[in-house]
Amino acid sequence: MNDITIQLSQHARAEIEHWLKKYPPNRKRSAVLAALREVQHENQGYLTTELMDAVADYLGMPKIAVYEVASFYSMLETKPVGRHSISICTNISCMLRGADDIVSHLERKLGIKTGESTSDGKFYLKQEEECLAACCGGPMLMVDHVYHENLTNARVDEILDKLD
Amino acid sequence: MAARPEQFTAPMIQLTFNGTTMEARPGETILECAKRHGIAIPHLCYKPGYRADGNCRVCMVEIDGERVLAPSCSRTPSVGMKVHSDNPRAVKAQKLILELLKSDMPGQGGSPHSPVSELDHWAAKLGVGKPRFPQRQQPQSDLSNPAIAVNLDACIQCTRCVRACREEQVNDVIGYAYRGKHAKIVFDLDDAMGSSTCVSCGECVQACPTGALMPARLAAKVLPDRQVASVCPYCGVGCQINYNLKDNRIIFVNGRDGPANQSRLCVKGRYGFDYVYHPDRLTNPWVRKSGMAKTERLLSSSELTQYFRPATWDEALDVAAGKLNQIRDDHGPKALAGFGSAKGSNEEAYLFQKLVRTGFGTNNVDHCTRLCHASSVAALLETIGSGAVSNPVVDVAEAEVIIVIGSRACENHPVAATFMKNAAKAGKILIVIDPYRSDLARHARYFLQFRPDTDVPMLNSLMHTIVKENLQNDTYIEKHTEGYAALKQTVAKYSPEKVAPICGISAETLKEVARVYARSRASIIFWGMGISQHIHGTDNARCLISLALLTGQIGRPGTGLHPLRGQNNVQGASDVGLIPMFYPNYQSVSDPQIRDKFAVLWQAPNLDAARGLTVVEIIHAIHDGVIKGMYIMGENPAMSDPNLNHARAALAKLEHLVVQDIFFTETAGYADVILPASAFPEKTGTFTNTDRLVQLGRQAIEPPGDARQDLWIILEMAKRIGLNWNYPEVKDIFNEIRQATPSMSGMTWERLEQEHSLTMPLLKEGDPGERVIFTDGFPTKTRRGKFVPADYIAADELPDAEYPYVFTTGRQLEHWHTGSMTRRSEVLNAIEPDPVASFNPLDLAKLEARPGDTIQIQSKRGAIKAIARADTGVQPGVVFMAFCYHEAAANLITNEAMDPFGKIPEYKYCAVKISAVT
Ligand code: SF4
Ligand code: SF4
Ligand code: FES
Ligand code: FES
Repeated sequence: MNDITIQLSQHARAEIEHWLKKYPPNRKRSAVLAALREVQHENQGYLTTELMDAVADYLGMPKIAVYEVASFYSMLETKPVGRHSISICTNISCMLRGADDIVSHLERKLGIKTGESTSDGKFYLKQEEECLAACCGGPMLMVDHVYHENLTNARVDEILDKLD
Repeated sequence: MAARPEQFTAPMIQLTFNGTTMEARPGETILECAKRHGIAIPHLCYKPGYRADGNCRVCMVEIDGERVLAPSCSRTPSVGMKVHSDNPRAVKAQKLILELLKSDMPGQGGSPHSPVSELDHWAAKLGVGKPRFPQRQQPQSDLSNPAIAVNLDACIQCTRCVRACREEQVNDVIGYAYRGKHAKIVFDLDDAMGSSTCVSCGECVQACPTGALMPARLAAKVLPDRQVASVCPYCGVGCQINYNLKDNRIIFVNGRDGPANQSRLCVKGRYGFDYVYHPDRLTNPWVRKSGMAKTERLLSSSELTQYFRPATWDEALDVAAGKLNQIRDDHGPKALAGFGSAKGSNEEAYLFQKLVRTGFGTNNVDHCTRLCHASSVAALLETIGSGAVSNPVVDVAEAEVIIVIGSRACENHPVAATFMKNAAKAGKILIVIDPYRSDLARHARYFLQFRPDTDVPMLNSLMHTIVKENLQNDTYIEKHTEGYAALKQTVAKYSPEKVAPICGISAETLKEVARVYARSRASIIFWGMGISQHIHGTDNARCLISLALLTGQIGRPGTGLHPLRGQNNVQGASDVGLIPMFYPNYQSVSDPQIRDKFAVLWQAPNLDAARGLTVVEIIHAIHDGVIKGMYIMGENPAMSDPNLNHARAALAKLEHLVVQDIFFTETAGYADVILPASAFPEKTGTFTNTDRLVQLGRQAIEPPGDARQDLWIILEMAKRIGLNWNYPEVKDIFNEIRQATPSMSGMTWERLEQEHSLTMPLLKEGDPGERVIFTDGFPTKTRRGKFVPADYIAADELPDAEYPYVFTTGRQLEHWHTGSMTRRSEVLNAIEPDPVASFNPLDLAKLEARPGDTIQIQSKRGAIKAIARADTGVQPGVVFMAFCYHEAAANLITNEAMDPFGKIPEYKYCAVKISAVT
């Protein structure tokens, strides 16, 4: 059975084409990460089923293969989330340097739990499971793809308060 | 698993395994090699026939000189390798993995869902006890699919189900999603299985080693006490199955490794067996009560006892045969006719046509082949002298280009479609040509969604391109064909530029497809009823045949012509003569020499010299008062014939109608005598699939109550019609078929019992049978294939201002034909319970209707109400509906206009108007 499918934006298609050039013609699926990142970017930071389906069609992949990728990578979201995405590393090095306290501070400050967004849609406190590869600067967090290291509660407040 | 050819040529590889020397076949893994030598290495994620994934690590072995252990399922040995599967290091690793996996099981014990969990088997074998690790958090069970229970608490994430769904069946539903400890098996977007796009083929269930996926409703831990090897009763793919029985009751079905299915099945084959236990089964003969006159009105099953009374077999058979005799004696043989069934065995079909021909004395015998591929067969016989397919479906693996035209194979030949999808995934060029965009189109390199009814101009334009660009195979044309000049002249008129606006496909695409088809090393064409069920069905098929002849794309592995047969035995029923113009093996009834031959074989000196009437002609002849009595075995013309009001009126008009069936079908409501017959698993016989494989269906259970096997009933009828037959066993009938049907003459019953299936033609005992035919010309008088050019004619009834939509019919994955079996199967009916019609969403919007609303569909002949389903695969202006719903019978709408050669009605095209019912 076929449901209605949507079209990717002109810009998204251009961007995907740019990435497709880097791979052999019969390896179109190699561009899936780039494609998902782009359409997510155009859609307020999250992917809808329709968008994932459109990417699958565009790249000639089974839809399920795109869903798998989207559910695997932590930088891809499949639900609406807050504007600013905050990921705190709680992996071993950061944990030893007090990451858990930072998490509690953040949860208190924003009034949400990890995995949730604030009701005003401003912040998204992401569930981060793996090391973000900045171990020597732990505890660390990442806000909208920017790394901040050697955190203290005060430093966290400073970072967040600067955001609009 | 298919044999790998290199295994027979490349040298064997010597290795040492647990201290003894062993030879591995080239390409074989360590695990497979050990297994072949009777040595068991534990394994879970490996399943024979599937790609080894090497993820569970329970098959670890130590290889001398290597630092780390190796997964034996994914490692091929090299010469001189020393492998240990039983030394302390290997065994310790194997046991630790088993212990870890077991710690994930509910209660850390055995699987609560399956009596044959492979994890439990290996854990017991290696003596793994209570795990030392904590248990994981367990997921909820998902019982939303009527066919399959999902209990992921027993899931070990071996991904066998993922490979089953994605690589074998290519349904692409199951995924392995999320990451880390959240990783799990999901359906689509982690949906409930019942609301996902799952088509319930059950391949994942068959693959699951722990019972995390199990047949729903199967009480866990029920072990079968008996297994009967048989064949699927539904479609022409001819999947081999096992009936698994407990206390003489079928509890489940699984796929057997047959040549046509390689252990795969679809939802019907796997879950559609329970119709045999439905309370509607007829368990005694019924005779119409006196004074209960027949009218055109359809009777419902609850009205059986009001119109009919139970009778003994003796009485029922006496009435059934007595009245037929009387009509024959009073009005002559031409006043009688018989419909046999493509669901019955070769033996049943053979005896039935023999009964009509020698007992009734007429050739008025036909069956539903008339309604499906009659036009294809007419074209094939006329051009290349044989109606058989040239190559089996699995030959797609050897093709380079695969055309599928007028066929929704994923719905109608689901297991055949899996091989096509496998081929597409393996890089073969799949070209799907169909007005409907089915799931197969997703796998196609070219998808031509042409306008319904424009097959001939479109195909002519392909040939036009081939000729114009000099891509035809001159050597082949010269050596093996005739009539090329005429074809050339006709196709010259159909340039792609001219045809493009007619068929809706761009000239460039038409040209490209023509080139791809013509130039490839091996191109094969599959077609279905989208080709045949038109008044120009024969023309459509002629064009496809010409395409193959023109390019020489026939007669080698991976190239040829394959009309996908619908019914499980439509090929066989036609082969053994259940058609009005031919005796067995397509030998013409009007050829005196042939007639003499059969007069001798059948000891019947007065065989009718005139060809008999076909299905639709018989209905007309009843209206004309010519045919007065009929014997219908296993067919349901009150649902399957076009323009049903007309067909039902005819059945009601018959002076005498005998219906032999397993249910009180719509047709049985018009009967005078109803004879309760046997369902597929209740009898033994041979069935010929679409690939020309003659396969043995074996009896698994007894017919219920006083229902009898069909062969017994036919023999009793024959006796009372004055025929003196003696067939003590099924195999005696089979042996007579061998005499009547030269292409089966080399088959023996004993060999069938041993090998389960044999390929026809098989002329001499001991021969392997011919998988690929037409390798050197054709069985025509000149040994050449004939080009028969065709010009464009439009459908009989075109849309107009009053009836602006095109109505087209077909089947649905879950339901068989008129639904008499599948709508009485709990699982199948639960998946598709209501009459649905598919519309393009734009058309629904025009009606201001939404999916789920009731829509009235009306043609000049009748009207029905169905539930709307939105489907962008349907073109705007087209309505599609399956003909299995008695409460909304699509054939009330269809047009009985016929193809002049095949006498097949135009099921695929008539004009309707639609309106929302408020
Ligand atoms: S039943 Fe078939 S389609 Fe459904 S999930 Fe299992 S393998 Fe896939
Ligand atoms: S594909 Fe056909 S033969 Fe195979 S299981 Fe399905 S209905 Fe039966
Ligand atoms: S452990 Fe936190 S960045 Fe590596
Ligand atoms: S069976 Fe070899 S890794 Fe699973």
